[in-house]
Amino acid sequence: MRPEEGTIQSRARAIGAVLELLTDQPVIICNGFPSREACKQADRPTHFYMIGSMGVAPAIGLGVALSKPAKKVVVLDGDGNVLMGMGTLATVGALKPKNFLHVVLDNEVYGSTGNQPTFSRVVRLEQVAKAAGYVHVERVREREDLVYELKQMLAKDGPSMLLVKVTEQAEDVDRVPLDPREITRRFMKAIE
Amino acid sequence: MIESDDFVKSLEDIGFDFFTGVPDSNLGGIIATLMERRLYTPAVREDEAVAMAAGAYMAGKTPVVLMQNSGLGTCLNTLLSLNLIYQQPCLLIVSWRGFQGKDAPEHLIMGQTMTQLLDAVRIPHRTLSEQTAGDDLKWTAETFMKQRIPLALLLKKGVVRGIQP
Repeated sequence: MRPEEGTIQSRARAIGAVLELLTDQPVIICNGFPSREACKQADRPTHFYMIGSMGVAPAIGLGVALSKPAKKVVVLDGDGNVLMGMGTLATVGALKPKNFLHVVLDNEVYGSTGNQPTFSRVVRLEQVAKAAGYVHVERVREREDLVYELKQMLAKDGPSMLLVKVTEQAEDVDRVPLDPREITRRFMKAIE
Repeated sequence: MIESDDFVKSLEDIGFDFFTGVPDSNLGGIIATLMERRLYTPAVREDEAVAMAAGAYMAGKTPVVLMQNSGLGTCLNTLLSLNLIYQQPCLLIVSWRGFQGKDAPEHLIMGQTMTQLLDAVRIPHRTLSEQTAGDDLKWTAETFMKQRIPLALLLKKGVVRGIQP
């Protein structure tokens, strides 16, 4: 299926599909709804939920990936987040950590603040990543394409970016109920 | 003047093993030593650097972030809403540009207000000097271990040797 065709899914459904394919990989999840929806669907000690510091999820993931080269590190990010920390695409592309997998859930809006449009409607973020030096980049819509590409990227050396176009729909989810200090402690223990 | 080689070795002796940051001329000697020894991971912005340090810390490393004090402004939100509240310590080695008003205009306000800014956001800090370097590093190690939050070691020009003598 060509990426601009096919049925678009909600972000929560896309997150569910991603988490189904993961086991014990360290996962860094950006602030806003992605962390909340991931925590509600499948909370695991290997998840690091970012609640503030918008834009730096891939930088946290990069710190983990460089320090634990034997573990595949997955970053669940959003389009607003990538746009805010776009310089990090250059850092990842230049350092080329093989164990870095960047999944971008792109709904083209700032969902946590009232769906104001982002520039991802016109800027192709996976192409920016490609130009910055990511080894594999793909853009998908359909759930089955997401599953196929993510399986490929989990098996291949990166850095890779999988951009998933999703709808603006947000689940009715609470804030992440964990204390940030507890998130740190539990994540550290889980990825030791 | 402290040799940058000796300075890096004393940081390693107290356990620091992950170095990132954004360059400054005052830090040039330290960064050159770190690069020569393949210990340095360059960042493009200071907020990226402190977040990278947070990730490295959670993956078992003891991180250092080098920056000019202008970078404190850039990474302030990340320090407050990530490193501080998640208790992810790192040593910030911050060059004190604009010290006593002797620097280019863009450094003057930060140079004057940096210690107040650090106090206001409760980031412990200390100024490195050649005479007290042993105590300064002891304080660094103890504060890192005890408080588990970012702390800053401030570096004035000429305390650690730069690239040009």
